[in-house]
Amino acid sequence: MRLTSSIARGWLLLASVGLSGGLRGAAAQENPDCLACHGDRSLSMKRGGKTVPLFVDEKKFGASIHASLSCVGCHADLQGKELPHGSPLAKVDCGSCHTQQQKEHAESLHGRAIARGDELAPRCPDCHGDHDILPVKNPRSAVAPQRIPWVCGKCHQEGTPVQRQRVIHEDHILTNYSESIHGEALLKKGLTVAATCVSCHTAHTILRHTDPRSSINRKNIAATCTKCHSQIEAVHRKIIRGELWEKQANSLPACVDCHQPHKARRVFYDQGMADADCMKCHGDPGVRASKGGRTLFVNLEEIRGSRHVRTACSQCHSEVNASRVRPCETITKKVDCTSCHADIGALYQKSTHGMLVAKSDPNAPVCNECHGTHGVLGKRDPASPTFPTNIPDLCARCHREGRKAAVRYTGTEHDIIERYQESIHGKGLLKSGLTVTATCTDCHTAHSVLPISSPESSVNPKNVPATCGRCHHGIEEMFNASVHVTQAGKTDKRLPVCNDCHSAHTIRRADTEGFKLTIMAQCGKCHEEISKTYFDTYHGKVSQLGYTKTAKCYDCHGAHDIRAIGDPKSHLSRENVVATCQKCHPGATRRFAGYLTHATHHDPQKYPFLFYTFWGMTGLLIGTFVVGGLHTILWLPRAIQMRRRFRRKNGTSRPGGEA
Amino acid sequence: MTPDEAVHRMEPPAQSGQPEKQYLRFSRLNRILHVVMIVSFMSLALTGMTLKFSYTAWAAILSRLLGGYETAGYIHRMAAVLMVTIFILHINDLARRKRREYGSWKALLTGPDTMLPTKRDLKEFVGSLRWFLGMGPRPRYGRWTYWEKFDYFAVFWGICVIGSTGLMLWFPEFFTLLLPGWTINVATIIHSDEALLAVGFIFTVHFFNTHLRPEKFPMDIVVFSGRMPVGEFREDKPAEYEALVNAGTLDEHLVDPYPPIVIRTIRAFAWTALALGFSIVVWIIYAMLFAYR
Repeated sequence: MRLTSSIARGWLLLASVGLSGGLRGAAAQENPDCLACHGDRSLSMKRGGKTVPLFVDEKKFGASIHASLSCVGCHADLQGKELPHGSPLAKVDCGSCHTQQQKEHAESLHGRAIARGDELAPRCPDCHGDHDILPVKNPRSAVAPQRIPWVCGKCHQEGTPVQRQRVIHEDHILTNYSESIHGEALLKKGLTVAATCVSCHTAHTILRHTDPRSSINRKNIAATCTKCHSQIEAVHRKIIRGELWEKQANSLPACVDCHQPHKARRVFYDQGMADADCMKCHGDPGVRASKGGRTLFVNLEEIRGSRHVRTACSQCHSEVNASRVRPCETITKKVDCTSCHADIGALYQKSTHGMLVAKSDPNAPVCNECHGTHGVLGKRDPASPTFPTNIPDLCARCHREGRKAAVRYTGTEHDIIERYQESIHGKGLLKSGLTVTATCTDCHTAHSVLPISSPESSVNPKNVPATCGRCHHGIEEMFNASVHVTQAGKTDKRLPVCNDCHSAHTIRRADTEGFKLTIMAQCGKCHEEISKTYFDTYHGKVSQLGYTKTAKCYDCHGAHDIRAIGDPKSHLSRENVVATCQKCHPGATRRFAGYLTHATHHDPQKYPFLFYTFWGMTGLLIGTFVVGGLHTILWLPRAIQMRRRFRRKNGTSRPGGEA
Repeated sequence: MTPDEAVHRMEPPAQSGQPEKQYLRFSRLNRILHVVMIVSFMSLALTGMTLKFSYTAWAAILSRLLGGYETAGYIHRMAAVLMVTIFILHINDLARRKRREYGSWKALLTGPDTMLPTKRDLKEFVGSLRWFLGMGPRPRYGRWTYWEKFDYFAVFWGICVIGSTGLMLWFPEFFTLLLPGWTINVATIIHSDEALLAVGFIFTVHFFNTHLRPEKFPMDIVVFSGRMPVGEFREDKPAEYEALVNAGTLDEHLVDPYPPIVIRTIRAFAWTALALGFSIVVWIIYAMLFAYR
């Protein structure tokens, strides 16, 4: 009913406009023309079942920054249209004037969400308002600094649809911010220069922190923070060498590594949280936890010798609250090393160890089980448990047979510690003290330890050559050109990698007798027939007796550079075969090389000469034995008879006895 | 019966303090050659079989005992050289005897003591079969029976076949200047199978003929001592005995027996060779039946 009455009035208005504005043309639409209807507080319409007010407060509009604009300047689709107009109207395009901001917003997270049709994505008026937009400098503006947290917080606080339904990694953003040093300054102390959401995230170019263009990208954080905290490096010189700020900004910790976003508080370092304060209690050897009674004593000497000598207690024990008498009583969580060692933490979380920790498995090792706590040392320090010569013992703590990791293990490798110690790597490391020798972590990695079945594992068959090749690079190059690699994809058989021949933990020197002998069995695992026929030849028979001087598989075929016989680079190609024989038989000729090194006398098609020779000889053998044997067996009864006769005759078995 | 008892039985009953004369069947050279041949043959068999049956555990052990495959190889080749030397010495002896006793090869090869097979051997073979089957008396064998002649020529054949292929395997680089490479594979098969035949035959059939024949059990040492009691000679080779008696030349072939110490030494050697030979047979049977691949 109201609408109808408004329309009636509209018609009146239109008539008056037509009269008064005749000079400017019939279509001219002045603001009062619009307000004739929209100035009515009760003007509203139903849209999608909801009542939408259509009232425009002339006073507020008059005070807004857009007061000088005409209605149709923004509601451009009404230009030249007859009033009253139909509905719905097109959305106002702020970008027609605010081109730059519109562009930034369109590229931002918010803009892209709109483009996707995300209903929760904010448009201009959601932050800025509509007809009542005030200049930013005006304290009553919707986007005045002190109101920004609430503008953003409309969506970004606990319980909102955005926080619940969209992927937002930070939690309690508004709460944390309001308690942070920035929030406190802005909200409690009214410092409008304090950083608000948009100071760090920007107003319109809001991007994910992983986007390199983002103001909160790791690379850009320092620049973002130093917009306000200029010369902050002077403060940090104690921790970070000054020139690095310019030269190697990448290798530096980003501000947020220490000053967590949204929680930034200055109490971190200087507000009475010196290590000395902690040591007041923890320096006493008798200090114990009230629960469980474990010792809480911290040996300062230990820290002084450690890698973290320059790290303050509160940098790791980060939840301390300096305003408390016992600053540490606010601590609820264990030390999180990844707040500094983020990259390693990411690797660790993907590893078997990390995944077990995520499942709260009691057997899973966390950082300090390998690295220690206050006395943490670098891996180059011989006293460190992560120094190469100490690593086998370190891993053995859990992986020795019978220990907690070994008992859960269901694979085929056993006694790995003992076997490793006997292996060439183990001897090199532990007996010869070669710290460059492969230890557990060289093959399994330190933090990305994964089972062999995982495609990302360094010891997955796919990755083994590269893993071994990190040290044995030349071998890897040869191997990659060999038939065992180039056949990949052309055969359905599983091709061998390093450990199939060399084993995993029992790796021996390749020039030891034992290795030379077992290698034939290793080749024979796949090359069954050909290895059998090898053992039918002189080379194979001597090898089988346990001697290594005769030719074994790799003496002719090569070890890592095995190629198809047809490949000109093969040791057995037409070009190379004589030279290969000459390695042992200096007088070898091409004819000599015609010796059948894998001959079998069981194949009449392939080797008729051998087949018929063998059966000819076997026939001769059987024939001779049949005749000789029959002759002997037939003779036997007569011979026994003769013996008895001699015995009867003269009491002796021998014919000579009678004389 | 212990060897000692056997020795005592060997002793002819004392007659006026003089030991009874014995028939001399083998010359000193032939006896020495046979002993050396045993040494050579045993060495060849032991060292060769370790390779042929390399897939058995005890081939590996034996190879170690023999000083490794290289030392075993040296032993094998030296023993082969020895064998060929024996062969040459024997041929040389034949040539000497041709000169001294027969005057011509024809006389030697066609005389009554010839090693060549004759019509009479065929008759004796048929006669033997009849005797075995109870269809006739024991043939009256002469100086060399047909099985002795077979053993004798088996050595000729073996030395030629095994010796020639062995040379090829010893000097493959030289032989492949003339022959294709696969002939070495063929030579390997022939060498090894012919050797198996020789070893198998000698350690079973030949051993039976000389040791295990009940009337000779446990062993006949005539090939080492060269002597056999006249009574035994008469029973075993009646034709030869009668020929000598008729010609009146038996006494020329009678000699004094060896003293017991020599007999004991001979027996110790013979027992060793016998044991070794049987061990090899057992090993071969084991390898062929249970470990063959």
